[in-house]
Amino acid sequence: MIKKCPVCERTYSDESISFCLADGALLSAPEKTDAAPTAVLPSSLRPTEQSKQPALTPTMTSLTPPEPVLPVGADKPPRLPRTNPLVNLGREILFPLIAVIAAFIVGGVVILIIGDSPIQTYKLLIGSAFSWPDGIGYTLFNATPLIFTGLAVAVAFRCGLLNIGAEGQLYVAAFAAAWVGFKFGAQDPGNNVITPFFHLPAIVLVPLCCIAAIAAGAIWGGIPGLLKAKFGSHEVINTIMLNFIAVALLSYFTQYHYKVPGDPIMQTTPISPSADLTHLGKFIPGLPARIPLNLAFLLAILACVLVYVFLWKTKWGYEMRATGANPSAAEYGGVSIRKQIILAMAISGGLAGMVGINEVLGYRHRYYDGFSANYGFVGIAVALLGRNHPVGVFLAAILFAILLRGGIFVDAFTMHVSKDIVDMLQGIVIVFVAAEAMFRGPLKQFGLFKKAKI
Amino acid sequence: MIELRNITKRFANVLANDSVSFKVAPGTIHAIVGENGAGKSTAMRIAYGFYTADSGEILINGEVREIRTPHDAIALGIGMVHQHFMLVEPMTVAENIVLGAEPGSAVSLDLRKAGEEIRRVSDEFKLSVNPTATIESLSVGQQQRVELLKALYRHAQLLILDEPTAVLTPQEVEEFFAILRSMREQGKTIVIITHKLSEVLAISDNVTVMRDGKVVGDLKTSETNAADLARLMVGREVLLRVEKPAAKPADVVLSLKGLSILGRDGSKRVDNVSFEVRAGEIVGIAGVEGNGQTELIEALAGLIPASYITGTISFVGRDITQTDARKRKELGIAHVPEDRHRRGLLLDFSLAENTILGGHYRRPAVQANGVLLDQKGIQQRTDQVIRDFDVRPPNAALPARALSGGNQQKLIIGREFELPPKLLLVSQPTRGVDIGAIEFIHRKIVALRDSGCAVLLVSAELEEVTALSDRLLVIHKGKIAGEVDPTVTGNEEIGLMMTGGKH
Repeated sequence: MIKKCPVCERTYSDESISFCLADGALLSAPEKTDAAPTAVLPSSLRPTEQSKQPALTPTMTSLTPPEPVLPVGADKPPRLPRTNPLVNLGREILFPLIAVIAAFIVGGVVILIIGDSPIQTYKLLIGSAFSWPDGIGYTLFNATPLIFTGLAVAVAFRCGLLNIGAEGQLYVAAFAAAWVGFKFGAQDPGNNVITPFFHLPAIVLVPLCCIAAIAAGAIWGGIPGLLKAKFGSHEVINTIMLNFIAVALLSYFTQYHYKVPGDPIMQTTPISPSADLTHLGKFIPGLPARIPLNLAFLLAILACVLVYVFLWKTKWGYEMRATGANPSAAEYGGVSIRKQIILAMAISGGLAGMVGINEVLGYRHRYYDGFSANYGFVGIAVALLGRNHPVGVFLAAILFAILLRGGIFVDAFTMHVSKDIVDMLQGIVIVFVAAEAMFRGPLKQFGLFKKAKI
Repeated sequence: MIELRNITKRFANVLANDSVSFKVAPGTIHAIVGENGAGKSTAMRIAYGFYTADSGEILINGEVREIRTPHDAIALGIGMVHQHFMLVEPMTVAENIVLGAEPGSAVSLDLRKAGEEIRRVSDEFKLSVNPTATIESLSVGQQQRVELLKALYRHAQLLILDEPTAVLTPQEVEEFFAILRSMREQGKTIVIITHKLSEVLAISDNVTVMRDGKVVGDLKTSETNAADLARLMVGREVLLRVEKPAAKPADVVLSLKGLSILGRDGSKRVDNVSFEVRAGEIVGIAGVEGNGQTELIEALAGLIPASYITGTISFVGRDITQTDARKRKELGIAHVPEDRHRRGLLLDFSLAENTILGGHYRRPAVQANGVLLDQKGIQQRTDQVIRDFDVRPPNAALPARALSGGNQQKLIIGREFELPPKLLLVSQPTRGVDIGAIEFIHRKIVALRDSGCAVLLVSAELEEVTALSDRLLVIHKGKIAGEVDPTVTGNEEIGLMMTGGKH
């Protein structure tokens, strides 16, 4: 059976060819002809049907491939095949899912050895996160900072950078938000620690505090980016050091400049009530206002969407991902690697800084020294489990928030299992995720975590 | 000596070896030819114990043997020299050779005894290797002989050589073949894996041709010729010679004046080079790799910081020495880089994302708002490149990693050719590319020249530069050693210039 090109009349006997090699036209339906084939598909790209044929004899006659020819739709317009995005998504979710399940199995064995029932424990662990309204409310509240830090780490990963400094960035950002919050808005009567510069209304003050948080985080993240771009010093070292600097510096400011005199707690004076971010309880019936889930959670969802659009739908995101995937090729494509490094670290820091919005404007209404429950570091785990994709980061943050919430109940209601088991589970999840990544090898080429991949 | 019987090996869903059977007679040089991915290396790695076959058996001297690890293979007298040498650079020849088979007791290493043995073997096969020299002080050709010695020291009767000539100059190839012949005379059996047909005809006694994981021909070298072998390898008629009309050089497009380029270590990689390339001509640069070609092309593409460069680069009468890579591309300088994995492709990115690399910030890749990527425009452009340059499989969503070397190269060439360029910088256009694609790429380069583009071509394949170039510059140690007309000057003389033998 022979296929024929309708344009140049060339004939093909290779059943795997659907386009004319000379002009790219779709080959017409098989037709019987005596003409000798002029071309056979070179290289090893033939479908396996042919490979199953018995070995060809070592003569020139072996050049005539065997029948039959695959049917070709002659009336369809020539369209190139596409890969189904759903299949890709499934593939991406599969491996983290396996890691999580494997971690739960290992954790179950440990619980069994301790002397409790794994099923009961897990029921408690997961179930208590889904109760309404407290379970769900607190889980989403706990997830909010992890979404921000997870996104922060993911963006840096995509540019081939490992931001260990989300912790320091979010502290600096939270302080900046608090500072603007108590310096630019009216204070409660009786608070004479601070004399505000202005008495801005909420509609101006809240966005200003948010911008202050993002800007401070971006600067604190941008510094190691700049150092790397200018002097080649490694961002891992610099971000870790900036964490220490941030924590120490802010403790000093809190203790000596902005604390309410006589307050035994290391915290600043409260921010202006005009800077408070509304709790979602106000909008959702049945959700009590005491649950601190606030507008920052919606901001987190928005951040996921924006990060996705930025990375995959804009030319800037393309440049950033190209830099992360292969800096030499990006450079060849006219991308300034230095600019990308600074930009990625600044964006990463800005995202981490948004934790400050949730914490200061939405929850404590002041800067509280040492408030972060390692959000910056758990963010690395969240990004890793979420495969550095906003959707994955969101889901991973929810999972870690569930564990955080359920841990309290496991602690209280089981005989032997403490909430340390939850920390252990987190650790095992990450070990399995990292092991999977090692199997697939994307991290190998650029050393530890340097290259992220989807 | 060795016989493979119905060897089948599957990697994931690729059938690398499909019931491969052939016999190598003792005391002969046996060539295995085939395109990239035809399964030559897989078959020989199975024979050396790197992989185990899914089914089939290996016979050594008529007996079925289990070869599970390279240790088994060495014990059976099989040695293998890989394309990429496995030598420890700062160590001496003797230390490298005894590595893994150290003489002496458990605590002391008797290198002197080993040195004598190495010298004896070296003399026997006229390898002339000094056992006390460090590897890094040796030339590539000498390093290859160390690899040979390594196998001979372990009493190999059968030597498997994987693409041994890829790294050698024409002169070194001649010497190397002389060594192989002397080894054959001493009774050794040699299997040489290659895709260069001229070498098969020059050195081998028998030849096995593979295609798509199968043996498609088992011939006596004396009874075949290059055209037949090529046809067997590719599965269709192949034009082995580049057919091109005479060049019609027009205006000067690229002009270099006193160009010098420093390496990162401060040494001069390119030394006071001046030449011109005109529209409608292909200027080739021949030279042994590492003589400044890489730096020259990268500097012209704007990929070397201007602080490392002295002299001037002019493009259509305009000084572009300080211009960055993006601007140069906009001016019409296309670049096919020598290392497509390092420079040319984002391997984990889709073909579509690779097609827009370098043009990703402007139309048609970007919408009119100048920020958002235009998925439709990208798709159209990718489909166009895939069709015009016959990229297979034609699926824009596949990652570039999934393509064969030849198809990756066609994608890069398509991307760069459709700019369309005024000047093409092309380096190693057909490295690791199969014969069918080589022919295609050569035709495209000539067609681009005929459309009025200036082409600067660098290739380590002497046959390629001489066949394609209208004018040929020979580079040696960063200097232009001379200009020749490739239709007049023979490869011998060019090879001599490449090694600094003649000025």
